[in-house]
Amino acid sequence: MLFAGIDIGSTAAKAVLMSEDKREIVARNLMPSGWNSRETAERLLSWLMSLGYSRDDIRIIATGYGRVSVPYADSTLTEITCHGKGAAFLGGDDLTVIDIGGQDTKVIIIKNSRVIDFVMNDKCSAGTGKFLEVMANRMGLTLPEFFALAEHGKDIKISSMCTVFAESEIVSLMGLGTPREDIACGAVGSVVSKVATLVSKKASSGKYYLTGGFCESPLLIRKLSETLGSEVFTTPDARFAGAIGAALLGK
Amino acid sequence: MLSLPKNFETFNEARQKSFMALYQAKERGKKIIGTFCSYTPVEIIHAAGAIPVGLCGKSEQGIAEAEAILPKTICPLIKASYGMAITDQCPYFYFSDGILAETTCDGKKKMYELMGKIKPVHVMNLPQSKDQALAIDAWTEEVKRAAKFLEDLLHVSITPEKLHDAIVYRNRLRRAIVDLYEVAKIKPSPVSGYELSTVAESADFHFTDDDLIAKIEKTTRDFKARTRNDGANRPRVLITGCPNAGVRDKIIKRLEELGADYVCADTCSGPRVQKFMIDENADPYRAIAERYLKINCSVMTPNEARFDDIKDLVKEYQVDGVIEIVLHGCHTFAVEAYTTMNIIQNELSMPYMRLDTDFSQSDGGQIETRLGAFIEMMIAA
Repeated sequence: MLFAGIDIGSTAAKAVLMSEDKREIVARNLMPSGWNSRETAERLLSWLMSLGYSRDDIRIIATGYGRVSVPYADSTLTEITCHGKGAAFLGGDDLTVIDIGGQDTKVIIIKNSRVIDFVMNDKCSAGTGKFLEVMANRMGLTLPEFFALAEHGKDIKISSMCTVFAESEIVSLMGLGTPREDIACGAVGSVVSKVATLVSKKASSGKYYLTGGFCESPLLIRKLSETLGSEVFTTPDARFAGAIGAALLGK
Repeated sequence: MLSLPKNFETFNEARQKSFMALYQAKERGKKIIGTFCSYTPVEIIHAAGAIPVGLCGKSEQGIAEAEAILPKTICPLIKASYGMAITDQCPYFYFSDGILAETTCDGKKKMYELMGKIKPVHVMNLPQSKDQALAIDAWTEEVKRAAKFLEDLLHVSITPEKLHDAIVYRNRLRRAIVDLYEVAKIKPSPVSGYELSTVAESADFHFTDDDLIAKIEKTTRDFKARTRNDGANRPRVLITGCPNAGVRDKIIKRLEELGADYVCADTCSGPRVQKFMIDENADPYRAIAERYLKINCSVMTPNEARFDDIKDLVKEYQVDGVIEIVLHGCHTFAVEAYTTMNIIQNELSMPYMRLDTDFSQSDGGQIETRLGAFIEMMIAA
């Protein structure tokens, strides 16, 4: 029996297939969640089946906000439990997991590879991936272009926490002729400071560990480490943490 | 003269029905006094021959209208209560003869000043600390002053005999309600906490002449006789913090649907407040004052006894995790939540989660994820 985890987030859908002993990742897949979670879930199932196994060989556990749209899942779990488990698999048994998602950000405290506490951002999108996506869009850039630009920027202060207000603030800054790289750098700084506030709400455990789509954004990782005063660890597989955790929790 | 609100025709059937029921009760000569807090000594209302009714807003209704007058940032309970009052949508407020209010939190006491323009409102000055000099003396005098307000308003005399009878009756009623809550001490609980708390709180809305205490006692027996097959592995949750009736569907119902049991409330309607009885053999005003001053609400400073209560309840009800509900704008519970968190997580080594919310449905999805994750955490613990 193999174990698959499907994590349908607000922006990206992730799937991993894990070996029978749950020690290694056999295959992984990432695609945009799109506008129809159910369709995305079906595409991930086709992918799983294309790997050469039969449906009966695999236990499938769904997570993420779209988990209810995975009709073929054997069970579902919340993304908090799964991210915690997946991060512990990647980063160690005691961690303060920082997951910056497409529409929410969470801090999960892991002790002995178990979730003992967590906190999520409130209903607004400040401090989430959505914030940077909106800013990049406003500047006519893709997220990779936005980050590449931000690397060369000076840290300016974006004072609005609210995504909608920050967008207007950026429009004014562009109007004033502020260099785009500085604006991009400032926007990353805004997310980092909001995330750091969320982290400070909980007593940390072990090292900081970043999961989610920004695990390959050196600028964000560097700024987050500076603000928290301690190195933030991650790995390219950390964007699959939720899916990995789901697979690990399959029975 | 008794009349129905101008907008009566626009109400749905259920609301029209409750307006009509109250209309008829008033026609039969019943007097109604509205209250907004568990510190309000209902015994004097009884002794004045009136029925006390809790008027706290429990839904989004009226909030938009209230926000035209009150600040948006004030707690949803105050906005909903005031909004229901000014829009004539609440039959209990509409038909109440007067309001017995208290200076519990800042938002409420200032709201009462505005409410006083619609109804006769008497505001009792609640001490801010049980330990302050003369707290009990001052509060005893406040109970007497409130009794005088009721006597004048309703043209009645509150005799020592009537007061004694009211004390005896309310003690019996409280005992019955505590017994009802304690059904959930059975593990697994034979009844859902959602159903149990709904029944317990309906005791606040009793306008018929049948025996309320006998009715509650029968419900307790019926609940105890029930059996449930699915309860064995469901984690047991204590809910603390702000009054939760306004988020009962969004949080409590959902919590139970997702697989946990709500077994105990450390809130103003739960057993922590109901358990205090009044000494039936002491001076009645003083005895009433003493009883109400025992209540542990975050409006008091210090409020250490609340945490002793939580620790006791956690043991008595064999709780697996604690959820604290903080309504937006409630500063006192929001600040105390830090202490609750430390006690539950560090002293009791138990899962704790704080939910900041209001009466809107907009955060239903986020709350559901948090509740689900919390249940998974309790099961793994």
